[in-house]
Amino acid sequence: MSAILEQVSENYYDVLREIGNIGAGNAMTALSQMLQCKVDMKVPQVRLLEFSEVGDLMGGEEQIMAGVFLGVEGDITGSMMFMVEEESARHLIRKITMGMMPEGEEFAEMGMSAMQEVGNIITGAYLNSLSTMTNLKVVPSPPAITVDMAGAILSVPAIQFGIYGDKILLIQSQFYDEVALDGYFILIPDLESYEKILTALGVPVDL
Amino acid sequence: MSEIIKVGIADLKTCVSPNGVMTLGLGSCVGIAIRDPMNKIGGLVHIMLPDSKAITTGQHNIAKFADTGIEELVRQLERMGARRVRMVAKIAGGATMFNFQGSGSGASVAQVGNRNVEATRAKLNALRIPILAQDTGANYGRTVIFYPETGAFHIRAVGKPEKII
Repeated sequence: MSAILEQVSENYYDVLREIGNIGAGNAMTALSQMLQCKVDMKVPQVRLLEFSEVGDLMGGEEQIMAGVFLGVEGDITGSMMFMVEEESARHLIRKITMGMMPEGEEFAEMGMSAMQEVGNIITGAYLNSLSTMTNLKVVPSPPAITVDMAGAILSVPAIQFGIYGDKILLIQSQFYDEVALDGYFILIPDLESYEKILTALGVPVDL
Repeated sequence: MSEIIKVGIADLKTCVSPNGVMTLGLGSCVGIAIRDPMNKIGGLVHIMLPDSKAITTGQHNIAKFADTGIEELVRQLERMGARRVRMVAKIAGGATMFNFQGSGSGASVAQVGNRNVEATRAKLNALRIPILAQDTGANYGRTVIFYPETGAFHIRAVGKPEKII
């Protein structure tokens, strides 16, 4: 993957941006259905960043975030993560529980399981579009959730990317219902799966 | 005025009293603080992975791995006048951030914190550097600050009081 990641060809980025765009678009549609309101989205940014830059992007390593992590099996194997900043997570939880969640208690057990469900739906929609585009089977595992410092949550995908290099590939999508929320998708395919995805999308892979 | 030097992910820094070294948001990574109490020279390495030898692709960042990262920190401290025989260590991090039920590579990613702690202990043991204290494992992130002056290792976590080990 390091070779692929370092090979910053125009073509390659276009494909990733397209996956990000369609995946995040699908995710937002799913979210809007779940919240039963309109959710708008900006064109997602695909970024290949040094580990240290990722924390900065999210507002520092100590910025509190909610992270949803799940495994991926099938033709494509690996894992995936979705992250939102703390206030955005609280907003989503309040919304999805239709105001039944007292302010300040969003991260109690019930709120966490609501957030887990949001993560499940968003990542499921994302992976679905990846599967459709590549014609590869993608089976997500049940998600796990945590609320913690951005750096600590990011250590999980960073470690996986760290096996191959010093950079991490992330898709930043900004979406709005009443407020603007920043969501981050990090797809962490195993090395063989990376090649499979790119090959399936018709990008020549030269490792 | 003392200065706190920031250590990034897969990074290491040294300092001399009264200065300190810190790293933010350790998750499954491990922060290893080593000092020579005699001349109060110390440093911190923030490692991500247990073993450089398990990785075959061209890797040049030695601070990324427990084995090479600790070796390099010790080498730099020695160059500054610290003596290996006097060195002592404190470690933190190695959390399992997600209570992940699945199998496959996702599960192995989720469990890497434990492997990082084991590799860290093994390496320090091999170098005969005693671990005086540790705050490892569990399921939360940690920010750590280390002062070679006293050897105090401050640990902050979300929603928990700061502790000093």
